Amino acid sequence: MNTEKNIKTLIIKKPLKLDCGKTIKDFPIAYETYGSLNSKKDNAILIFHALTGDQFVTGINPVTNKEGWWSYAVGPDKAIDTNKYFVICSNVIGGCMGSYGPSHKDPDQKIFGTNFPVITINDMVNAQYNLLDHFGIDKLFSITGGSMGGMQVLQFISNFPDKSKTVIPIATTSSHSAQNIAFNELGRQAITADSNWKDGNYTSNDTNPGKGLAVARMAAHITYLSKKGLQEKFGRKLQEREDLKFGFDADFQIESYLRYQGSVFVDRFDANSYLYITRAMDYFDLAKQFNGNLSEAFVNTNAKFFIISFTSDWLYPTQENKDIVIALNSIGADVGFVEIESDKGHDSFLLDVPDFLSALKNFLDKSYEEN
Amino acid sequence: MKNEFQVIADLIEKDKKVLDVGCADGTLMKFLKDNKNINIRGLEISKEKVQECIAKGLTVIEGNAEKDLKQFPDKSFDYVVLSQTLQAFLNPELVLDELLRVGKKAIVTIPNFGYWKVRFHLLFKGTMPITKTLPDEWYNTPNLHMCTIKDFFHFVKSKDIKIFKSLALNNLNSSIINQSNLGVKNLFADLGIFLIEK
Repeated sequence: MNTEKNIKTLIIKKPLKLDCGKTIKDFPIAYETYGSLNSKKDNAILIFHALTGDQFVTGINPVTNKEGWWSYAVGPDKAIDTNKYFVICSNVIGGCMGSYGPSHKDPDQKIFGTNFPVITINDMVNAQYNLLDHFGIDKLFSITGGSMGGMQVLQFISNFPDKSKTVIPIATTSSHSAQNIAFNELGRQAITADSNWKDGNYTSNDTNPGKGLAVARMAAHITYLSKKGLQEKFGRKLQEREDLKFGFDADFQIESYLRYQGSVFVDRFDANSYLYITRAMDYFDLAKQFNGNLSEAFVNTNAKFFIISFTSDWLYPTQENKDIVIALNSIGADVGFVEIESDKGHDSFLLDVPDFLSALKNFLDKSYEEN
Repeated sequence: MKNEFQVIADLIEKDKKVLDVGCADGTLMKFLKDNKNINIRGLEISKEKVQECIAKGLTVIEGNAEKDLKQFPDKSFDYVVLSQTLQAFLNPELVLDELLRVGKKAIVTIPNFGYWKVRFHLLFKGTMPITKTLPDEWYNTPNLHMCTIKDFFHFVKSKDIKIFKSLALNNLNSSIINQSNLGVKNLFADLGIFLIEK
């Protein structure tokens, strides 16, 4: 899964102490870049991916042969214009697109599985920080990401307050809610209940908990959409049939759609990585790291923040994004905020939502002009 | 830029920190940022207007003054500006209190319902006044609490709010309002501009 020639990898020699207490070193981070770094090295944007994303932000992903996950937003002349900016994105540790994760081998050449240390959002950004040294970048122009990417954005600027001029968390939260932990737990239970999971040792047993992982994906996928969006796209339309069949095949288009989403996901994602990354999201509580005062996370930064939420996002609703705005305003930080009208749910940030893309582009380009 | 904004801008010294409440498309913000090096923030309820501000490179928060001013700490801005919006809030008194809590000073402008054209309109036509500053019909106006310059003058006095400067604006002319000329200004100005502090 991680030996493809198309994957660029940086080996981090420096030991990294993880939140769980363990230390890792000599570990790989897989990354990709788009555009070029200018001579002043002041045009770099670090993008953080969400739960099932990877470093292949735009263009054709060489591993899956599909469009990159943020193709609508990133590319030449797009909101994040790669003619102008140097975009870096890396696969999170715990992931399965080349960065150090549970499908890697331990020092005894045994596949980690669930012996891989439990990682956190904090660990992810501390690992990715090494990319700045690698490219000789003293200060990023911007950091951005949606969903879990947004959590990393918040953690990154808290850990490294003078390392980015602008900060754009999108459709995210500073503290994972009970509802979101519940959905993640549902996904993990689906995976571990699959008899092919084999306590995480499916690779050495030559099995794959694909059914469990597909169910996890199907459940999660519903949370990324909105009721209105689903109703308009699918309604009660039937799947290639005139009438109900009085059985348990996919009668409805929505069933067929979800089954398809589950099956294609299994081809590109590792079940153990799904466990690890959802756990990292659940553990994320930035305010808790500062004794319950979220503002404290940002007191040392002069960065310019721009926070974006979506009307129909019920997974990371506007109020949770606004809580971040409130925390920033209470310390007089430079923060802008807009809630974008969209009925595409949490997934809005990944889709062609013109108001979102123009807000993102305008914020970046105007901020860069002021540089 | 409308004359009102020029008068407001003249009340603000260079290099200050200013919050524009109900900043609309950011015209005043942009002027203050470009010409007076103001550290400027905006609060705006309309998504479309917020987008226009972002396109101008302005820092704006989408929100409602009646709910969202409370997130700003006491005296965190040198000036808070509220242009022709006070009358549109459900509870103008509460908003005024918040403006004066958040800002060291506040600049509030009000469309004057005591303006002679307004009075004439109601007196002779017998219908709700429509003027340049009050362009809407009674059934679609956002204005819930119209007042006159005199009303506002007495209101702030009764709340022990200090008036640093009060100006009457009529087209391009601005003039000082004081206790002795209040009746005349209340008749001939279509806009009142108040620099206040508590």
